[in-house]
Amino acid sequence: MDNFPIIRVITKLLMPYILLFAFYVQFHGDFGPGGGFQAGVILAAGLILYGLVFGLPALHKVAPPPAIERLIALGVLIYAGTGVATMLLGGKFLDYDVLGHHFLPGWLPEGQHLGIFLVELGVGVTVTSVMTVIFYCFAGREPVDGH
Amino acid sequence: MVMLELIDILVLLLLATTAVAVARIRNLWAAVMFTGIYSFLGAAWMLILDAPDVAFTEAAVGAGISTVLLLSTLALTSREEKPIKKFPILPLIVVVVTGATLVYGTLDMPHVGDPTSPVHTRMEPSFIEKSDHDMHGELPNVVTAVLASYRGYDTLGETTVIFTAGIAVLLILRRPGKLSVASSNRSQPEESDG
Repeated sequence: MDNFPIIRVITKLLMPYILLFAFYVQFHGDFGPGGGFQAGVILAAGLILYGLVFGLPALHKVAPPPAIERLIALGVLIYAGTGVATMLLGGKFLDYDVLGHHFLPGWLPEGQHLGIFLVELGVGVTVTSVMTVIFYCFAGREPVDGH
Repeated sequence: MVMLELIDILVLLLLATTAVAVARIRNLWAAVMFTGIYSFLGAAWMLILDAPDVAFTEAAVGAGISTVLLLSTLALTSREEKPIKKFPILPLIVVVVTGATLVYGTLDMPHVGDPTSPVHTRMEPSFIEKSDHDMHGELPNVVTAVLASYRGYDTLGETTVIFTAGIAVLLILRRPGKLSVASSNRSQPEESDG
């Protein structure tokens, strides 16, 4: 894409806003429309746009494939781990009401809010990394014989 | 009000036109572009139906990611669809019957925004009333409360489905130990002619 300065410049200009919007959708999902899945696909779309315009090696520096592959599992672990944590705290699986704490009260969310925050974070991590890994799988391949 | 209905009709007409164009066109690049346009129109339609979260997803996944995936698949195969030799009569019958069944099914559905439809009388009032109390007033978005808390098990299942899909794609498409090496060997000029 070296020959398309307009695309490169516009992508560079848009990239911070795409990423910011993804994080907004992720962390503001409790109040407005959105949540982990939406934020994940927006973030992944931003990464893929970066990879398309600046090449796969540049994207590999931002999102190294080994790290992304581990993040796939980490998201589900965060989600299920929240459930296990609530069980260890004496509640049922994914019963966020027991997630109380006395650390920075009023600043950090508690109970249901904290549980939903963690769970949406897990969804976001898994969705982002799955979408990025699928892109890596397709973009990293070379044509089969005859083409 | 008339203006809004005009927009509705315009978006639906464009959706139908794009769908026909995708089916008719032989050039696969153009067909992929049309599927992207279709997804954007779908996102616009979801926004009209007051579902911005679905519109986000449709725009990002349908118009963005899947278009890129289809294009990168085309880069590995052929750009033209093979010409059809004989008129496909059996598929036509199957498609017509399926479509007619679906249209017949929609006849029983309540109108959009009908206050007496089951979705508005069965569960929603109780959730809207309960949510503020259950969430201790901290979570004004009832959709998020339902997805992540009331239906937390379902969402865990969905996340696991996405996880499984990602692992399956990795297992099928990734050659052992080659992913990072093969792709970082490819330089930018090579990338741009794909």
